[in-house]
This record gives sequence, C-alpha cells and structure tokens, in this order.
Amino acid sequence: MSNEISKFQDPGLPAHQHRKSDTDPKAEKRAEQQVAILFLISAGGTVLSIASYIFIKPGKFVFLPIMGDVDAHQLFLGLGMAIALLFIGFGAVQWARRLMPDEEVVAERHEFRSEEVDRKDFVNTVKERAGVAGLGRRTLIKRSLGLALGLSALTPLVLLRDLGPLPKKQLNKNSWEAGTRLVTDPGDRPLRPEDLEVGSVAQVLPALKNGEERTLENIGTDAVLLIRLRPEDFQLNPERLSWTHDGIIAFSKICSHMGCAVALYEQQTKHLLCPCHQSTFDVTRAAKVIFGPAARPLPQLAITLDEQGYLVAKQGFTEPIGPSFWERSS
Amino acid sequence: MKKSEKIAGNVANYVDERTGAAKWLKKNLTKVFPDHWSFMLGEVALYSFIILLLTGTFLTFWFDPSMREVVYNGGYQPLSNVKMSAAYASSLHISFDVRGGLLMRQIHHWAALIFMAAMIAHLMRVFFTGAFRKPREANWLIGVGLVTLGIVEGFLGYSLPDDLLSGTGLRIAEAILQAIPVAGSYLAFFAFGGAFPGHVFIPRIYTVHILLLPGIFLALITVHLMLVWYQKHTQYPGPGRTEKNVVGYPLMPVYMAKAGGFFFIVFGVTAFLGAVASINPIWLYGPYTPGQISAGSQPDFYMGWLDGLVRMSPPLETHAFGHTISWNILIPGLIVPGILFTGMALYPFIESWMTGDKREHHLLDRPRNNPNRTALGAMSIAFMLVILINGGNDLIATHFYLTINQIMWFTRIGVFVVPPIVFIITKRLCLALQRKDREIVLHGRETGRLVMLPHGEFIEVHEELSAEKKYTLTQHEQPRALEVPDTDGRGVRNPQGIKGKLRARMSQAHVEQVSAPSESEAKALESGHH
Repeated sequence: MSNEISKFQDPGLPAHQHRKSDTDPKAEKRAEQQVAILFLISAGGTVLSIASYIFIKPGKFVFLPIMGDVDAHQLFLGLGMAIALLFIGFGAVQWARRLMPDEEVVAERHEFRSEEVDRKDFVNTVKERAGVAGLGRRTLIKRSLGLALGLSALTPLVLLRDLGPLPKKQLNKNSWEAGTRLVTDPGDRPLRPEDLEVGSVAQVLPALKNGEERTLENIGTDAVLLIRLRPEDFQLNPERLSWTHDGIIAFSKICSHMGCAVALYEQQTKHLLCPCHQSTFDVTRAAKVIFGPAARPLPQLAITLDEQGYLVAKQGFTEPIGPSFWERSS
Repeated sequence: MKKSEKIAGNVANYVDERTGAAKWLKKNLTKVFPDHWSFMLGEVALYSFIILLLTGTFLTFWFDPSMREVVYNGGYQPLSNVKMSAAYASSLHISFDVRGGLLMRQIHHWAALIFMAAMIAHLMRVFFTGAFRKPREANWLIGVGLVTLGIVEGFLGYSLPDDLLSGTGLRIAEAILQAIPVAGSYLAFFAFGGAFPGHVFIPRIYTVHILLLPGIFLALITVHLMLVWYQKHTQYPGPGRTEKNVVGYPLMPVYMAKAGGFFFIVFGVTAFLGAVASINPIWLYGPYTPGQISAGSQPDFYMGWLDGLVRMSPPLETHAFGHTISWNILIPGLIVPGILFTGMALYPFIESWMTGDKREHHLLDRPRNNPNRTALGAMSIAFMLVILINGGNDLIATHFYLTINQIMWFTRIGVFVVPPIVFIITKRLCLALQRKDREIVLHGRETGRLVMLPHGEFIEVHEELSAEKKYTLTQHEQPRALEVPDTDGRGVRNPQGIKGKLRARMSQAHVEQVSAPSESEAKALESGHH
C-alpha cells in the first residue's frame, strides 16, 4: 500500500479572521488606550526608579517574604527599572498584537543550489583561476609557502613565553623543614600540645623567619591541619605513628585531588572531607582515601616538640603538596 | 498620519540617496518571519547578551582588576580592616558604596544565567526540530561554539571578584591545567605567571572577559544572525507552509514591535530578578586565601555538570617512569567534555550520513516524527541531568537528609543506566504519540459526549478533524532505511564493508516510524462504517 499517492492534501492557509479591533472602531479605540496606559505605567516606573536613587538612603532594609531583609534603596531602584522596562515591552507587544496588521504573509523561498549552468561555470572559473596561479604545478613555491606560513604561526607562541616562569622544581617545594614551628592561622602564635583538646582541629602555618612575609602562594602549599585524637585511635604503621605526637597528627590541608582546602572535619567518624569534590580521608589511617575522586592520601607532616615544648616539624614533607602533575614521581 | 508619513518618506529618501539601497531595503523591511513561541528562545539569548554588554560596561567603571593587597575600609562593616585583593575590595565597593552598583552586579549575573539557559534551550529547540539540517549546518556549528565560549566567559566572569568561592573555582581550573600530561605544569605556570594564585591572573582574565571573548561573541552572533536572515527562518509544518515558502509576519512593523518589545521584557525580567533576588553575595564569602573554603561550594549551573563529572570520577592515577597521569582529572575534566561537545558539533553531519539525506530542509520536524533523534536528545539531556545532580550532591544531601555517598553511587551507576533507559522510553513515547496522531486522523477526536442510541447502546461521539489539522498530522515524510547490497555489480561481497553495514543499521533505527494514515485509508474506513 503506497501512502505517497493519496496523502492528505494541503488545504492551504486558513482564511484570515479579523480581530474585533479591526472591525469595530470602538474596540480599536479601546486597544489604543490600553497600549497608551501600558506606556504610561512604564513612565511611572522610571519616576519611581529615579526617586529611589535620590531619596532612599542606602542601608535601610525592608522585609520581603522568602527573600528576607532587602536594602530598600536598591530594591526600589530595581523595581522601578523593572516596571519601566517591562511595560515598554508589554505596550509594544500589545500594540503589535491588537493594532498592527495580523494577516500572515507568504514569501517565496528558493533552493540555494544554483542552476546547473551557473554551477559549471563557477567550477570552471575556480579551476581556471587556480590554473593561472599555477599552484598545482609550482610545487617548490607551494611547499616553501607552507613552511613559511607554518613557521610564522610559531611567533605568537614564542611571544607568549614570558607569561610566566618555568615551573622548574617549584611544584615540589614548600616552606616546611626540620624544626619549623607550627603557628596558628590567623594569629601566628606557636602552639603547645596542651592548646589542643582531644577531638579539636587547628589550622597552622610554618612560623615566619625574620623579615619574611607570607604570600598566598605560601599558604597554598604550607597550610596544615592539626588534629588531636586519643593515641589509641590511630591505626598507623610504626613510622607514621612516630610522626605524630601524643595523639596529635598533622596533614597538608591542600587536597591531593585538585588543591582545594580540605576543611571539613567530622569529629565522630574522624574523617576529613573536601567540600569541592567530596574526597574523604580517614584521619586514623594516615588520611587514606576512603571515598571520592582523590587518588592519594593527604601528605602527612612529621611533628615533634622543641626544647621550649612548642610543636615543630620533625622534617619537611616527604612528597609534593597538592594536585598531581606530570613531573611528580609518586 | 500625514506628517509622520512625510518624515518617513524623507528618511527613506535620505538613506537611498547616499547608499542606493532602496531596492534591498524595501525587500528586507518587509521580510517575512514565521511566528512561534519556540523561536523566541534564541531572541532571549541575544537580548541577554546585550544586557550583559550594558551592565558589564557599568561595572568596569569601578572594578579594579588587580591582585594587589589592600586593607578594606568601605561600607561593609564586617570586613573592615581585612586584607584583600583590590579586585575584591572594588567588588565590595560596587556592591555597597556605588548607588545602583549592587543592582547592576545582580542584573549582570542574572543575565549571564539567563544567557546560558536561553542558549541551551535554543540549542535544544534547534536539535529536536531538526533545524540544523542542510543548509544550516554552519549555523549549528557557530551555535555550539557560542555555548562553549559562554561557559568559559561565565566562569571567568564570576572568577573576577576574587572572593573565596571563585578563588576555589580558579584553584580547580589550575589543577585541570596542571594535570595535562607533559605540558601541564608549564601551562599552569604560564597562565598564572608562576605558582598559584600569583598576582597576574585576575588582570589577565579581565582582558579576556571584557574584550577578547565579547569581541568573538559579537562576531559570531553577527554571522549567526546574518545566516538566519539570508537563509530565511525555518517554519513549523502546517497548512499552506511548504519547503518553498515562508509564512509569517513582515519585519516592519509587526516583527520589529514584537521583537523590540520582547527585548524590553527580557531586560525588565532581569531587572526584577536583580532587584529582589540576591545572587552571588560575595561579601558573605570573604576574600580568597588558598587555606580556606566554604562548605557547599558550587559553581553556576552551566558548570555544575562538569563539577558533577569530576566528583563522580573513580580515584585513578597512574604513576610510572617517574611521571604521574591523573585520570581522575583528565577523564571528567577534559576527555568526556571533549567527546560530548565534539559529538554535538558533528551531529548534523552524522545524521545526514546515517540517513543519506542531502536535501535542503526548511520545514521543521515535529519531534515525535523523528523518534530516534528525539530519543538521542532526551538521552543526552538525561546524562547531563544525572551528572548535574552529582554536581549538587552536597546541597541535595543536606536538603533531603541523604548521605553524599548514596547520591554519589546513585549517579555513578545512573550515568550509565539512566540515559539508555531514557532513550528507549522516549523512542516508545514518540511512536505512541504517532499512533495517537494516526488514531485521531482516522477516527476523529473524542468529544466526551455520550449518546444513547435507540436500541440502548451508548456511544461516544467522535468529531472529525479539520482538513488543516489532518494535514498537519500527516504531512511528514516516511523515509526508507538505506540498504546495502550483498554484492556489487562485479560480484564482490559486502562492497561497503563494516562501515556500510553500520550505516545501514543506524539508518534502519533512524527511520523507525508508525506509518502516517493516508487519505485512501481514511476513505476505506469511512465506507466500512456506513
């Protein structure tokens, strides 16, 4: 059974139906007034907006349901603007719908493909012009041009070289070394073990040497989280256990996945959670990854006490801090 | 009227005497545009772009794109005497000390969200109606480019204030750069001028955000619109609408008034949102420092899917020969998005290869009449939604009392299971809808009116459809699948190889349809009834 021969026929455009405003002068007048009213409301909006700008002092709050307290100055400035703009739009659309001709018009459409003759002519012209240039024959010119063009594209790349220094070993470095004191962030106060109760957490940074200033780049590699558990909570190998002090354990705060600050500590489960991608690290097992996309534990910092009884690093970190990179060896 | 006509005449005369464009202008001022609500989606995108240019320019008058450290002493008391970057301080200044500044910031941010949402909705409209088919493939490519650049532009935009939330986003972007094999550390150091965060990144992305990308946007949008103009807009099928005509309203005055009015409506809506709905309250986040973070860190929605992909990635890293490859960053951060966007860009060419259809198309498809394409689109949306859900897993967990682990595992499995199921259901739904079309064309519309016949039987009265409606429901093509001959003329077996077989199989899936009823079927039924 073939459908093609007996498809339903196109009945053509339906007959145009006149609107009331096309036939009834009264309705037309009403529509005209409606549009004018919409435009006038818009004008009122602008007045409201300018008046709010001048007369409402910033810092006065009004209560909006759901939104809470909102600054009255910016609220009425914005509402006035919104009314001004919206009602110009409503007016224009209403004008078009009610008063402008609403009869649909038909325009012809032609296939983009040109007549066969023109196409052949065009193709021949392209061929002939290409022949005049002799690109096909002059391979020496073609190849040397290709070389020159390709090489010239290198210039902008070379010019961008000074965007930054070479990474060298920079990504392996941080400020921690043997004997560096752990100081609070903020405050830069050195810490004694008794400052930390069991179950508490502190963010620390390496103590500054004289004359040094702390930069954001430093914090990006140096931030360390200090957590105190009961010593019997740890399930560490002897080496890692010797890196702790009386239940206090220190990890890099910079996530081994993408470098966010691993700031959420769950006291009950003793888990550290990164708020960016939910990598979860088990503090009792040397920050082993127990969930999420991180592939490596957070680097652990070996700590001990100095002669004055302050917490210090026993040695620097034994691996690079933060997200992985190509040159990282483990 | 008389006076305004005279002025209009004078203007036309003035223009023509200087350009000789009378003929061209006359033709184009009365150019016909088809009318349909779904054609406004692209308009919303265009208008919100204009709003972004206007409000963005306002913001540049006060924004200081510098990472130089300053001590804040402005209108927002809680951050008094806090050290921060000049970029953050000037963003606070705009929000608290410039009258209307916060409003403009909020309109700018809302307009950016609407810009992206409208582009995505417009892209879906174009996809599901088959508007991307020949001769409009180039415009599809431009559109995919605009969406991609829009994501980048939006990300750079909300990174500029240098607050704690956006700085965290930059940290992640840096980690993605750093994860690229071989060149990664170099790229990261060149982009950030050294170790993260450095002092140059905000001024650099400022130039890209306010100059380079808007310039590219303007150029691409111009070409996009010129192509729409030149190729004439597509139209939905219906009585009187054919491949050879355009039915709609003339540009001047109807379309001008509607489109112009619509610009003001879009602007008004963003102004309303900016006035009442707080967005990106940077003063609550504080200045950026790499050692801190806020819980519930979320990117804007058009980045959320990417974040969700990264979150669900398994913890895979390769360490070999003294080098590290982070699959847990490369796969979700670069490889999967690369495949998705390349596939999207190439879709018009893939479909035309599958169907062997090289003709021009100006009449749109009703989505149900192309079940395979519609199912593919629904499947892609399902994929995006599943990973977007995972992008918000922390907030979903706290709002719905679930654990992050449950959501993560649901989406890790769901990302493989849900899209195929959605594909199958959508395809079946489309075919069911086709069957329903067939049913009402042949048997009429159920009126809900019950009539008791003299002998006591109850029947429901069916009302015959109008000729216009019948035509609309049956006008679509009934394509045949491509066939591959077993042997060619010289007896070679399977002449097109695996590629040919695959193509035939795909085209077979693509043409699966319920046959549209024909007039002869309707007549046969009618004679049977009476």
